[in-house]
Amino acid sequence: MRQANIQLDAEGRLKHFLGIEGLSRDLLTQILDNAERFAPVGDRAVKKVPLLRGKTVVNLFFEPSTRTRTTFDLAAKRLSADVLNLNIESSSAKKGESLADTLRNLEAMQCDMFVVRHQTSGAAAYIASQVAPHISVVNGGDGRHEHPTQAMLDCFTIRRLKKRFEDLTVAIVGDVAHSRVARSEIHALKILGVPEVRVVGPRTLIPPQIEAMGVKVFHRFDEGIADADVVIMLRLQQERMQSALLPSAHEYFRVYGLTEKRLKLAAKDAIVMHPGPINRGVEIDSAVADGLQSVILQQVTNGIAVRMAVMSMVMGTQAVGSAA
Amino acid sequence: MTIRIRGGRVIDPANERDEICDVFVDHGRIAAIGRAPRGFNAEWVIDAAGLVVCPGFVELGARMREPGFEHKATIASEARAAAANGFTTIVCTPDTQPVMDTPAVAEHVNQRAARTRAARVRYLGALTVGLEGKVLAEMQALKDGGCVGVTNVERAIVDTTVLRNALAYAATAGLTVFLQSEDHWLGRQGAMHEGATSTRLGVAGIPGAAETIAIQRDIALVAETGVTAHFCRLSSAASVKVIADARKAGLPVSADVGIMNLCFTDEDVDGYDANLHVRPPLRSERDRAGLGLGVKRGQIDAICPYHEPHDADAKAAPFMLTEAGASTLDAFLPALLECAERGLFDLPAAIRAASVAPHRVLGQTGGDLSPGQPADICVFNPRAEWTASAAALASAGKNSPWLGRKLTGKVMMTIVDGRIVHDGLDARR
Repeated sequence: MRQANIQLDAEGRLKHFLGIEGLSRDLLTQILDNAERFAPVGDRAVKKVPLLRGKTVVNLFFEPSTRTRTTFDLAAKRLSADVLNLNIESSSAKKGESLADTLRNLEAMQCDMFVVRHQTSGAAAYIASQVAPHISVVNGGDGRHEHPTQAMLDCFTIRRLKKRFEDLTVAIVGDVAHSRVARSEIHALKILGVPEVRVVGPRTLIPPQIEAMGVKVFHRFDEGIADADVVIMLRLQQERMQSALLPSAHEYFRVYGLTEKRLKLAAKDAIVMHPGPINRGVEIDSAVADGLQSVILQQVTNGIAVRMAVMSMVMGTQAVGSAA
Repeated sequence: MTIRIRGGRVIDPANERDEICDVFVDHGRIAAIGRAPRGFNAEWVIDAAGLVVCPGFVELGARMREPGFEHKATIASEARAAAANGFTTIVCTPDTQPVMDTPAVAEHVNQRAARTRAARVRYLGALTVGLEGKVLAEMQALKDGGCVGVTNVERAIVDTTVLRNALAYAATAGLTVFLQSEDHWLGRQGAMHEGATSTRLGVAGIPGAAETIAIQRDIALVAETGVTAHFCRLSSAASVKVIADARKAGLPVSADVGIMNLCFTDEDVDGYDANLHVRPPLRSERDRAGLGLGVKRGQIDAICPYHEPHDADAKAAPFMLTEAGASTLDAFLPALLECAERGLFDLPAAIRAASVAPHRVLGQTGGDLSPGQPADICVFNPRAEWTASAAALASAGKNSPWLGRKLTGKVMMTIVDGRIVHDGLDARR
């Protein structure tokens, strides 16, 4: 019943990319390796390869997004695909069209791939179960469940800067309970061999029994960040205060905000990551976000290469040496 | 009509009978067990060799969907599905449209049921007008119209004063209140049991405390008002203890468990199967074991399907956005047999919980095969194997979590008041 089964074809190749859970280390490594080959495309004068020429990619966003949609858009265009951006939140859903009907209509327009973002956990898997067999689905974030391309681009960034996963300590800090990034990240880091993955936050933002995912739980910031090689800060949404999970943004920053002083507790060469968009002065101090240890903007750049890799793989046109 | 059911394994828990013998039915009632009454002449002889003969099953809370939701199911379709699956009495819930908060709506149900030669249909009246938890329904009128109890189904009455008054008024009317207790605030955002699986899937959880808090609140009010209360669909092991303690204290409470909560756990939700989106949620393995033990020890009286048929659209969405509920009538017997097979409790205990116990919850005699009792009988083949395809389900609701599974156990005949309402044996005169 695990969804990992439905994202692989009979030969074990990636058919959809719905979540990290259940994928093999080899497959994740293959994604990272392919992304390495695509990375130089962005530095060229002509930023295009012809891998998806004649294919139509639909960015199906049921929830607002700027960064993720833009980088998927760029990735598809650099692969020479035709791209359709649909903001469903403001069209069909309001007209009362069901999700299944929206999908039928897009299929009728002969699209080849859906990149889906939806506010409900499990939406990507549901959509993959509904589409015609020739269509691939890439999860651009489903509720609190998974955001697998974000996790891969983070791992890509970590591998470039730290080389090996096997001796790292990674701390994921903040609103883990509501974070799809955190869940995908935990799966990816564990699969790639990171020995210690920590989650750090107050009890109201750490979901129950998350230890079952193989992480160590810390409620005290200083202990959680101690000697970490990678610090991943999560975005804190304003709604968390309204639903009585936290007293105030001010108090949150006081206890869990990443400042230069606190960052000194981490390893000397620690890198600071954030899936964005950042809340300056809430989860992260500007001095850290813009500081030397921050790799937040590199993450964004790497996101394009990683998404190119994933899109080309699910379309069955895996990147080979000559692609780049 | 006179019937002789010959050579079956007769399991009659109320009489502690479990032996191979004949059952004789005459004029709608059990005439004799074992030896034929003097001068008995069977018009129908049913060969039950290799089959189990037991009292008919009783469902305490089916959604029959009529009036208002006939696109999901109808009284006729579900009463027939009930009969096809060994049920002789099926109690439907008042969450129809309009809500069954007046005898007029209930009368519609009675009329429809009377036209269907299938399982006997009874109904629960609404505890509050529109099930809104604000104004008391006309319970006395509902009782005069024939309701077997009152309930607010899964809709929590948030205002404790309203609940207290509703219970006190139901006590005055002499009605049993059916409570499916869940704390409104702890339950409102969740779609599954809160635990390791909900954390991994990113689905908002319903903590076990949502149920125990509500049951404890309700029991405190039962103690104050003296109402007879039946707690429906326990989902957590902790609740079993709360109910047992209330009983020990002498309170007039009983309880049941839905078959789903004995067969599945939150871990089964892993694939986001919308047919496993049910309320109360499927909880942990520990809870499931605790509920099974509760049945075995008699702390939980009854096991019911809590049948909730849906149309395909209701489940055509990501898990959390689907309507809760599963179609359970068709897999009820195989699921019950599997529980017994796994040793949660023995077969006579399973049959007791599905037949005689719910009759007692309804304040009725029956559910046993004693001479003179109405002949409500189920005959089933405990070894028949079949696959739960959509076409094989008798219910109009194809939202069964057992779809595609191979099941063991099939109802072959159902008799209500001495009439054969389902005949899978091709019985001949």
